[in-house]
Amino acid sequence: MTGLDFGVIQRALPFLLEGLALSFFLTAVAMLGGVILGLGLAVIRLSRWKALSILAAGYVNGFRAIPLVLVIFWFYFLVPLALGRSVSALQSVVIAFVLFEAAYYSEIFRAGLQSIRPGQWQAAYACGLGYFQTLRLVVLPQALRNMLPLMITQAVVLFQDTSLVYVISLRDFMTSASIVANRDNRLIETYLVAALVYFVICSIGAASASRLSARWRPA
Amino acid sequence: MTKAHIQASRTPAEIVEMPASVRVVPISQGRKPMVEISKLYKSYGPIEVLKGCDLVVERGEVVVICGPSGSGKSTLIKCVNGLERFDRGALVVDGVRVGERASDMTSLRARIGMVSQHFELYPHLTVLQNICLAQVHVLKRSKVEAQAKARALLARVGLPDKEGAYPAQLSGGQQQRVAIARALAMDPVAMLFDEPTSALDPEMIGEVLAVMLELARDGMTMIVVTHEMGFARKAADRVVFMDKGAIVETAPTQQFFDEPRAERAKLFLSRILSQ
Repeated sequence: MTGLDFGVIQRALPFLLEGLALSFFLTAVAMLGGVILGLGLAVIRLSRWKALSILAAGYVNGFRAIPLVLVIFWFYFLVPLALGRSVSALQSVVIAFVLFEAAYYSEIFRAGLQSIRPGQWQAAYACGLGYFQTLRLVVLPQALRNMLPLMITQAVVLFQDTSLVYVISLRDFMTSASIVANRDNRLIETYLVAALVYFVICSIGAASASRLSARWRPA
Repeated sequence: MTKAHIQASRTPAEIVEMPASVRVVPISQGRKPMVEISKLYKSYGPIEVLKGCDLVVERGEVVVICGPSGSGKSTLIKCVNGLERFDRGALVVDGVRVGERASDMTSLRARIGMVSQHFELYPHLTVLQNICLAQVHVLKRSKVEAQAKARALLARVGLPDKEGAYPAQLSGGQQQRVAIARALAMDPVAMLFDEPTSALDPEMIGEVLAVMLELARDGMTMIVVTHEMGFARKAADRVVFMDKGAIVETAPTQQFFDEPRAERAKLFLSRILSQ
């Protein structure tokens, strides 16, 4: 071995950044979709409609019992079958991530909504607010404060999980780094930098989560 | 000077000292009662919490409900605006049949104010926002109109300088007065109070009772669950005594205190008044 040469990173930078962009894109879309769908699932699960509530619980527990890699694989093969037409790997993986993340965000929402005292619902109802008004104006703003640290933590995990898209040959940051490492035979340098990039991004996420939870101790 | 001005300038202590004689609005005769409860039953599983309660509250009347804890007082008052469901019986509030699918409970609740034991102000909103929220989103008042109303009410409950504060920055007594202002902002036809002072430190009870007393003198229809017998004496037209899910005695205030008929009420009164 003839010492480390980090020039390989500089030469491959545009290629690596492309990969990083996909990682960020997947994280953002999966988070956005997962939060919206997850909120819906949590509301249904906590609702009075028994049958729907059981369905939602089944969905959440089902997805949480399956490894994400498997879900990515499945959707790659199942979505084209279900739609009856071919679908790009990216489209299938976006659907897989959103549906998978929804299960986890739904649990975060459920805990968040249940953290609000029943008296808050009653006080809002007593003023004539309806269910969805109470949810939107009174309960969710309070619940979000309690939930935000957990949501960020979940996003950090999600960002790391985007590396799993290599199984269907999508080129995220990790896959790009792998390609560069093998092509230029610079495994140590490339994987060191890759680890550093993940470490920095995820640390920033984790730090902001703990800062938020310190600032927003419930009154 | 308008009536509102006079009220705003009165301190709570002065209000307490006012003679308990003049009622601005007389109890209405001939109109439909505000609340008609008949044969109301409710159970939590095997435990029967309401055992056939009957109560009629006229418009403009102030009724105090008292009794030992666990006697069903809170459950009964929460049935009135539909926060609790009941199993059997009939309940008509301001012409609306509570508990029937077709009834518009949301609009009824907007007309019936409620103040609960634990204030339940919205902790993420300021005092002003707390009082404006339902005005804007239920009554569809403009923000300007809602804020003007809120400020007038804050002056009335003696907190004109607290509009920007968050609930956590206020004492219990101040929070409860804001909660009363929040309920009054909806221009309710009646007010329900569910043990409004039982979570308060003794030195704060007076300021809340003073606001309630003034409300009673203004002719508001009120149903008050409380152990504050001093308040009952000054403000109530009738006192209702509940025990084990049943209404044991209903009597005009004077008569209730001077010659209670039910044995259980006599015992309760002797205990609570000797304290």
